[in-house]
Amino acid sequence: MRQTWVTPGGVHPPENKEQSLTQPIGSLPIPEKLVIPLGQHIGAPAIACVKVGDKVLKGQKIADPAGTVSAAIHAPTSGTITAVEARPVAHSSGMNALCVEITSDGEDQWVDKSGISDFEHTSPSALLSIITEAGIAGMGGAGFPASVKLNPGFQRPIDTLIINATECEPYITADDALIRERAQGIIEGIGILSHILGNPNDILIGIEDNKPEAIEALTPHIQDTGINLVSFPTKYPSGGEKQLIYILTGKELPSGQIPADIGMVCVNIGTTFAIKQAVVEGEPLIARVTTVTGEACEVNRNYDVLIGTPIAHVLKHNKFNSQRCSRVIMGGPMMGFSLTSKQIPIVKTTNCILAPSVEEIPHNEPAQPCIRCGMCAEACPASLLPQQLLWYSQAKDHERLQSHNLFDCIECGACSYVCPSNIPLVQHYRSSKSDIKKAQEEKVKSDQARERFEFRQQRIELAEKEREAKRAARREAAKQAKATTGTDSMADIVAAAQARTAAKKTSPEQELAKLERAVSSAEMRVQKAQDKLDTATAGSETEEKINILSAALSGAQQKLEKAKARLAEHSK
Amino acid sequence: MLDFIIQQPIIAALVALAGLGILFGALLGFAAEKFKIEGDPVIDQIDELLPQTQCGQCGFPGCRPYAESIADGDEINKCPPGGQSTINAIASLLDVPAPELDQEHGQEAEVKSVAYIREDECIGCTKCIQACPVDAILGAAKLMHTVIVDECTGCDLCVEPCPVDCIDMIPVETGIKQWQWPAPPLPNGLIATDKTHSDSNHEDAA
Repeated sequence: MRQTWVTPGGVHPPENKEQSLTQPIGSLPIPEKLVIPLGQHIGAPAIACVKVGDKVLKGQKIADPAGTVSAAIHAPTSGTITAVEARPVAHSSGMNALCVEITSDGEDQWVDKSGISDFEHTSPSALLSIITEAGIAGMGGAGFPASVKLNPGFQRPIDTLIINATECEPYITADDALIRERAQGIIEGIGILSHILGNPNDILIGIEDNKPEAIEALTPHIQDTGINLVSFPTKYPSGGEKQLIYILTGKELPSGQIPADIGMVCVNIGTTFAIKQAVVEGEPLIARVTTVTGEACEVNRNYDVLIGTPIAHVLKHNKFNSQRCSRVIMGGPMMGFSLTSKQIPIVKTTNCILAPSVEEIPHNEPAQPCIRCGMCAEACPASLLPQQLLWYSQAKDHERLQSHNLFDCIECGACSYVCPSNIPLVQHYRSSKSDIKKAQEEKVKSDQARERFEFRQQRIELAEKEREAKRAARREAAKQAKATTGTDSMADIVAAAQARTAAKKTSPEQELAKLERAVSSAEMRVQKAQDKLDTATAGSETEEKINILSAALSGAQQKLEKAKARLAEHSK
Repeated sequence: MLDFIIQQPIIAALVALAGLGILFGALLGFAAEKFKIEGDPVIDQIDELLPQTQCGQCGFPGCRPYAESIADGDEINKCPPGGQSTINAIASLLDVPAPELDQEHGQEAEVKSVAYIREDECIGCTKCIQACPVDAILGAAKLMHTVIVDECTGCDLCVEPCPVDCIDMIPVETGIKQWQWPAPPLPNGLIATDKTHSDSNHEDAA
């Protein structure tokens, strides 16, 4: 028996897991329409690569990952794309986001798929690209793209691989059912992970002791594999990444670091199975096991559900009684959120659909003032001070919230659960967290704006200085010119002007050439006029015309005289 | 030396004290020169808190001049883009009571907006480029201009100079990524049973 450590805090809410485990994993008929959101994971939403009217086959890629931290999305069944538009999605905001709608053709016909039978002889990078292509995102709830998590880089060698089979939240039994029925596939998946991560020394499966059947199902498969199955006492929330690492290894993950920083990788057991399906069978992530439970459903069990199946379709097949139902929750009662519409689809991270009756999970009582009982501090698994955080959160004191490590809060809801005053503590923390993040983003933007503003000011100042310098230089030049000319009396100015014209005058040789040219051109003109007059008198031209021509001739002769006179004057 | 101290204790004490005074005076003088702080650090701190839209709604040509004026004792409630949160932050920095926003200078916008140029109407006069305090408008004379949306602070200083009115202030789209958790209502001191279930919130299962 391997040693385990005990985390601080934690609570023991009623488990309510047995009702959904009475039957094996079932399957649902394919819904008529599937709505597949493009943002089902942490990171940038995928970019649709199909358009309305396209025919797609089951497993065909319908959206490409946008950047590194993103995941591809595939068609869960064959059919036609009937819409690419914003629809309500599984998000606490109840807002719409871009989705692809597929109208099923009922044939469920697979695209050509091929798996790898001997992954040991395939390079880890090739396996990682298969995982990227298969669009696998963490199926425990956060939805972090698996290929990013499994590629920590050379600087961070991994010596411990932790498989998270804790499933600590009440009602949820998706992982439990998966282990019971598909233990073989899970172990194969762990083999693939271990190969990708360079065969870490320690491979641990962490599981709570409230799943004896699952432990029994796994035990025969881990013989001689080097995998350690570690069971530990049930407590909520043992399944948080930081908590599980502490329980299994006794190491605390420092604030603000990821497990890879201390040589660990923590993967949900459902993700492990999905990776096996992708690598060995060549099937992308298009379906998952989801628990459908709660008193408002007559049938409580686990289903293999296609991603994109509307919740309404799932509930319809479970004899859902909307009269008894207080609200439909996606996820568990501790960390889940109420859905605003039953048309919201199942996504990669949906491990549970909870439809409780009003008696089962009553509406929240109104919050009352804090009585400083300190029960929240005892329940906090991250050893934070929930009460202090509440005051600072209400006062919007971001500095103190951060110095009290608000960002180490895993939002497990244990503090709200124990609070005798029904204060929705987690909601306060979530709100403060998003406030702080927004303030930080704004700070970055305002710093950028300041920098640009200051740069612009500097540039304008510089330009102004340059202009000023030019002006000064001109003034200086004018002053100097004044100084050289000395006193500026009228006579001086006239003399200066005469000097300028003298400077402009052409040399005598040029002048002579010019005059000679004028004389010769005048001679030519006289000659031409004489010719014209001769032809006119020889022909039968009118008197008038002859008069005009003789006048032109005499004019040309006068000009020639003038030019000759000027030339003679110059030659003197 | 010792004899002098014993014989003239008062004079010796005075001399010693005067000597110490001169020594520490020199030390302080040296430190004041050596560790002199350029400018007023309070101005920088206030400037850090201002939103840097450079919009001039406060009546100063930019955020820094307003920060300087605040350091000189001006009112701290003249910044509509910063809104109440900026006023509170400056108030807590300066340790003064936080007043409400002075409506004379404008109202706090609920949604941030940025400028958009209707590009086919732009005549390329560069007037908006000259007006933009953060160089967020790109273009040249007689060529179409466009706003670099990521750099626009939403100050709307470019709207007024445009001779063809082709600049619009459009609210920034908020999608699922920008969504923020709302803060839960504060406990109002009611007795729990006075409240009906219908008006209790339906948010989370706890």
